[in-house]
Amino acid sequence: MQEKDFNTSYEPSWCPGCGNFGIFIALKNALVELGLKPDNVLLVAGIGCSGNGVNFLKAYGWHSLHGRALPTAVGAKLANQNMTVIVMAGDGDSYGEGMAHFIHAVRGNANITYITHDNSLYSLTTGQSAPTTDKGTRTKSTPDGLIEVRANPMSLALSAGGGFVSRGFSGQADHLTSLIKKAINHEGFSLVDVFQPCVTFNKINTFKYYLDRLYNLDEQSNYKANNLEAAHKEALVWGNKIPYGLFYQDKRRSYGDHLPQLKGQPLAKRPVKVRNIDQLTREFA
Amino acid sequence: MQNKNNLTWKIAGEAGFGIKSAGMMFGKIFMRAGYEIFDFTEYPSLIRGGHNTYQLVVDTRPVNSVFKKNDILVALNQNTIKQNLAELNSGGALIYDSDKVKVSPAKLKNDHVQNIGIPLTSIAKEAGGELMRNVVALGATMYLVGQKLTIANKVVKETFSKKGKKIVDNNLKALKAGYDFVKENSKDEFMCQLPTLAAKDNIFITANESMALGAVAGGLGFYAAYPMTPSSSILHYLAKIASKTGLVVKHAEDEISVANMALGASHMGARSMVATSGGGFALMTETLGLMGLTETPMVLINVQRGGPATGLPTWTEQADLQFMLHAAQGDFPRIVMAPGDAGEAFEMGHQALNWADMYQAPVLILSDKLIGEGNTTVPRFNTKNVKINRGKILTQAQLSKIKEYGRYKVTPDGISPRALPGMKGGLFIANSDEHDAYGFSNEDSQNRIDQVDKRYRKLDQFRKIMPKPLIYGNPKAKKTVVFWGSNKGVVLDSYVALPDKIKSKIRIMQYQYLWPFDADFTKKILDSSKDILLIENNPNGQLANLIAQETGIMIENKLLKYDGRPFFREEIISALKKL
Ligand SMILES: Cc1ncc(C[n+]2csc(CCOP(=O)(O)OP(=O)(O)O)c2C)c(N)n1
Repeated sequence: MQEKDFNTSYEPSWCPGCGNFGIFIALKNALVELGLKPDNVLLVAGIGCSGNGVNFLKAYGWHSLHGRALPTAVGAKLANQNMTVIVMAGDGDSYGEGMAHFIHAVRGNANITYITHDNSLYSLTTGQSAPTTDKGTRTKSTPDGLIEVRANPMSLALSAGGGFVSRGFSGQADHLTSLIKKAINHEGFSLVDVFQPCVTFNKINTFKYYLDRLYNLDEQSNYKANNLEAAHKEALVWGNKIPYGLFYQDKRRSYGDHLPQLKGQPLAKRPVKVRNIDQLTREFA
Repeated sequence: MQNKNNLTWKIAGEAGFGIKSAGMMFGKIFMRAGYEIFDFTEYPSLIRGGHNTYQLVVDTRPVNSVFKKNDILVALNQNTIKQNLAELNSGGALIYDSDKVKVSPAKLKNDHVQNIGIPLTSIAKEAGGELMRNVVALGATMYLVGQKLTIANKVVKETFSKKGKKIVDNNLKALKAGYDFVKENSKDEFMCQLPTLAAKDNIFITANESMALGAVAGGLGFYAAYPMTPSSSILHYLAKIASKTGLVVKHAEDEISVANMALGASHMGARSMVATSGGGFALMTETLGLMGLTETPMVLINVQRGGPATGLPTWTEQADLQFMLHAAQGDFPRIVMAPGDAGEAFEMGHQALNWADMYQAPVLILSDKLIGEGNTTVPRFNTKNVKINRGKILTQAQLSKIKEYGRYKVTPDGISPRALPGMKGGLFIANSDEHDAYGFSNEDSQNRIDQVDKRYRKLDQFRKIMPKPLIYGNPKAKKTVVFWGSNKGVVLDSYVALPDKIKSKIRIMQYQYLWPFDADFTKKILDSSKDILLIENNPNGQLANLIAQETGIMIENKLLKYDGRPFFREEIISALKKL
């Protein structure tokens, strides 16, 4: 398998220079390096520029409703634990329309990987503010400046019991590749929130903006990703310096691992037969 | 009124008085004694206090409806006298807790009501606890109707066995004390005697549970739900049996998540189902469209309650029919059906899973609180009629032979062979955007038309096997009664109670399958009718509107009820007589 084996015949519809390309390269590289095949991957996409990528990545695909990618992925994973289930959605999808699902999916810890394309904007709908837009930012929907404060996906995920909480940058495909690999290998819910500059609508959070501010937690010898308190602290850092990398990882059992009925063959692969209900009717007799 | 052959027993008091458990025991006792039962609970949407009633009809023939009037009323508090005494039939009996409830003996005498005051509280305390007043009253009832305690003892034992021997023994004591009290203090024989008959192989079950059981028999793999009365007992039942049946049951964060989770599981190949009530179904509507567009099988159950908004959470209504027919933006095929009772609900439980697979479309089942929470006796279910048909799901061998597989390939019957994720060579996108044969987003004009038409052709296929509306009574009669769903019970129960002369002039048409709509059959029946009576639990006659839309026939004579209560038998009998 090579990266190009994950390409489809569909021409990418993203703007030239879009941060989504970097995420896609990293994702495909990660799939190749993990030895995964298109047949064994389910890519669940949200609705947005990012979600349109489901057309360009060769795998089983599910193009969900806006905000609803996560529950779909959870259901899919429980039904077939042999599949690698990866979700990709924009920040509007993840933390706006789908915020409740995000928190509960983190709590539930189904073994799926969530890659959010965080461009601090609604891009497909031409540039309104998103939950991850900084307070005060002027956008089409907030011409006088955004009143709400920025939602913090790292803090939210950590507070909800996240077992793999990380942040990547689409301008650093190599680092992102290794982060996505770790995320997919993690047995449980893994969040990779990726800074993804939108070159068309976002004139603030540019590639340069991030390059000037980012520091890599993975390279800090005194940072241990198994320390929840330290993770919470780093998650709050924002401004002139912004951390990225793996904030936190633990070994909490995944949702599916708790279900004895999922031992053995995946649910969806078991032959569907008429169940004997004689025993069950006794309760009502 | 000696020797009445059916009995209506009603127990009432505050929530927390053990009314439900007394009712369930009563039902099981008489089921095992060879009788048929239907029950109906009235309760407000709160946990303690309020006025709760549990009414059971016992009959020698199958019964699926309730009377307005009762034969025995058990009053556990004063409020019951105020609320329910007027519902007692002449010749009936009032059992009340004389420690707590005051009644006028003169009034009872005047109304020809047997006065059975029992110090339920003192007797229960003596047996071990005041909470057992319900069981004392149950024992009293057994003596009154001539039912020995043999079966009752067993049922009481089973009911409390999980709580330990002491609790069981106390309850048995309470039961016997109630029985003995009436034996010693009451001289008149009660008008309705219910001795043990030959046992039948029946079960006592709600349509919620039977539908769940039908789906389990039919290979259900994944069930998701968010609690909402009156659908919650499906979740409770399936959650309870999940690990032993190999089923995954997920209580998700909201109904939007529920629908999408189940959809994800179905996409992978697991037979999937969700249930809710109107409000939850409203949240699922966008996802319903996604099921339609991605052609992913799904069974959705709506157990209706009074709407709109929070409405009447614990009461019954049939006002979601038009909503189910139209929910979600855009046009796409769906199948809508409505069981008339717990037996039909069982069959629809497995049938719906097959049809969802065969037509790769959402199948909606419309039930309601009356049958969803009402227990009835039905012959014990078996799996004789249960068949598995997964439609055009491909095996790996079949898929491997296909050169350029397209999940949404345009086919003559509209149904495209379905690969499941994980299979070799079956890659496709299940796409919420309009898509081409492979699932790629596609907005071309011709592709759009081809895909829309392809999806609709599936419904033409379904029409070929869709069962016709059911006809009861005299099939040639010119007076036609039309109904759907849970009114089956009250319409048929009332019909059999009519004099033969009236009966012979009536035919009855039940719609189990509401969409696609059988316009030809409907026209044939209604055009050959002189008088038509439509019966529905909603304010405008939603089935009448559907019939008008599909056939142009306007039904003027509508019997509509929308106060949250089911039709009582008295109301239907009088309407049928007037027809
Ligand atoms: C229920 C619903 N509401 C609104 C929309 C319109 N819509 C499509 S994409 C989108 C937001 C896109 O922003 P984001 O999720 O951040 O993705 P991006 O385009 O930035 O990648 C919205 C609001 C929709 N498709 N569905």
